[in-house]
Amino acid sequence: MLFFILKRLAQSVLVMAIVSAVSFSLFNFVGDPVNNMVGQDATREQRIEIRQQLGLDDPILTQYTRFLGNMMRGDFGLSYRIKRPVDELILERLPATLELVFVSAIIALFVGITLGIYTGIRRKSWISRSILSVSLVGVSLPTFIIGIALIYVFAVHLRWLPSSGRSGTIEFGWWKTSLLTVDGWRAIILPAITLSLFQLTLILRLVRAEMLEVMQTDFIKFARARGLSERAINFRHALRNTLVPVITIIGLNIGGLIAFSVITETVFQWPGTGLMFIQAVDFVDVPIMAAYLVFVALLFVLINLIVDILYFIVDPRIRLGE
Amino acid sequence: MQQDRPMTRWERFKDNDIVWSFLHSPGAIVAATITLIAILACVFAPLIAPFDPFDPAQISLWDGKLPPAWIDGGQPQYLLGTDNQGRDMLSTILYGGRLSILVGLAAVCLGMVLGVTLGVISGYVGGVTDAVIMRIADVQLTIPGILLAILINGIGRAALPLELREEFAIYVVIIAIGLTDWPQFARVTRGATMVEANKEYVQAARIIGLPGWMIMLRHILPNTLRPVLVIATIGLALAIIAEATLSFLGQGIPPTTPSLGTLIRVGNEYLFSGLWWITFFPAIALVVLVFAVNLLGDWMRDALNPKLR
Repeated sequence: MLFFILKRLAQSVLVMAIVSAVSFSLFNFVGDPVNNMVGQDATREQRIEIRQQLGLDDPILTQYTRFLGNMMRGDFGLSYRIKRPVDELILERLPATLELVFVSAIIALFVGITLGIYTGIRRKSWISRSILSVSLVGVSLPTFIIGIALIYVFAVHLRWLPSSGRSGTIEFGWWKTSLLTVDGWRAIILPAITLSLFQLTLILRLVRAEMLEVMQTDFIKFARARGLSERAINFRHALRNTLVPVITIIGLNIGGLIAFSVITETVFQWPGTGLMFIQAVDFVDVPIMAAYLVFVALLFVLINLIVDILYFIVDPRIRLGE
Repeated sequence: MQQDRPMTRWERFKDNDIVWSFLHSPGAIVAATITLIAILACVFAPLIAPFDPFDPAQISLWDGKLPPAWIDGGQPQYLLGTDNQGRDMLSTILYGGRLSILVGLAAVCLGMVLGVTLGVISGYVGGVTDAVIMRIADVQLTIPGILLAILINGIGRAALPLELREEFAIYVVIIAIGLTDWPQFARVTRGATMVEANKEYVQAARIIGLPGWMIMLRHILPNTLRPVLVIATIGLALAIIAEATLSFLGQGIPPTTPSLGTLIRVGNEYLFSGLWWITFFPAIALVVLVFAVNLLGDWMRDALNPKLR
């Protein structure tokens, strides 16, 4: 157990080292940091002075160690464009992304599991069949097209919901939430549905497949033979046994939600970290790009580490294999 | 089949299990037909398209924002209407689709060459080389492809000077998508290579002293290509979506030579004024294209690899 976790940890550290090296090299190879600090019309002396202040004349390895040290403290310097500390900007934007991901995850889980159970139990009914065909189409639709379609129907045509931005926020210290007002919920509903749809279909199909498989097992046949009610068989015996694989993929799905939040945030102009990254690329705002890179890598490394350890605890076969 | 006379080439072709499976699967025939029509329409876009959207002489702003021909105010020569600049929608979609398919194919080829090469080396050489290559592939597979493509594309764009960005955008997109694609190819090829490497013909080749690269290239590689074809087809659909997504985010193909994704992005700005057709038709074209390629890939997976059925 300890060895397994140590091995995974070592791998995670290696990944972070590579990602940090990439984001460090961004500073050196993308644009001239001095130009970005002082503008075009600074004198030669000013430039040399700033070079020394920034330590750009030090050996590369010294610079990289310094970058790593700063990274550990979450310090990525000032944004070139907005001239504010990057960690501050990310913290400001983070609640928007996390709330969006959270609401989408709830929708995907709740609707996905419910429909999955339904289509698993009533697999011959026409409702199940149509749910499945719709979900097949849902998988091949690119996220941004779903977003545009929802905007056109609910914002442009019916005028029920706002098409962009985040409104009705209330502050709790640094955390701005939009989940406590009606306006906030109206704004989050379309992006959250857009983001959740793909994961929803995945969960639906997984739960359905697991339900079908469990229904074939001997213990369900035995439960039938004992004369238990359909309800007890479906929910007490079948459903419970389908949930283990579902729970383990939820972790990985959160990663997927964060990945697709970049697209959803751009479609709905949702002021989260993904939109910030896209805007940073447009303006070659290297500190924000570097920070986002490290942030995303860290998130994925953590999610994978947790999922691996969970697998290890849940499934004894992996323990024997190691 | 009775063997009283040698089979003609055509009969042997029809007798092939893959062809048989294809002719007995209506979904695959429909998907292949749509894909073929789409590819032909896009390849021959300059011949089919009623207008050349890149020729300023054929565009007039007066004809801008016209609805499709069957709606009031539409004009018969613009079947699907015109965009904000007065370009014929049907023509821009054909040219845009051409670019989308081209970028998708190029990206998949890049990923395939990279992945197959690394996969064969990994499977044949083994040892530390294998461990390193597969570890990298594992790590990369934990990150969703589209996010990785956005990140690599972003870095690539930022690394280019501003004036070169539009000119090289298409190459940056191809490289970004290709680099996210390779691990799937590498994994499958590595598995197939390890199976082949233990077979007698490879050992015989080794004994007669053929160099390693020649065994890999001439003997092992051709025998690993079936599964690669399946992944390449599914990968093409994903690559087309990835390109459209990057272009939609404003990080891909520039509006001067629009792809389907760029067209949707541009049209999106006119959605609120009720000019739905500028977004709608490119979006439909994209969805149909992706759906057809996906269906084809699904069928191919079933037909070429009975184990996955």
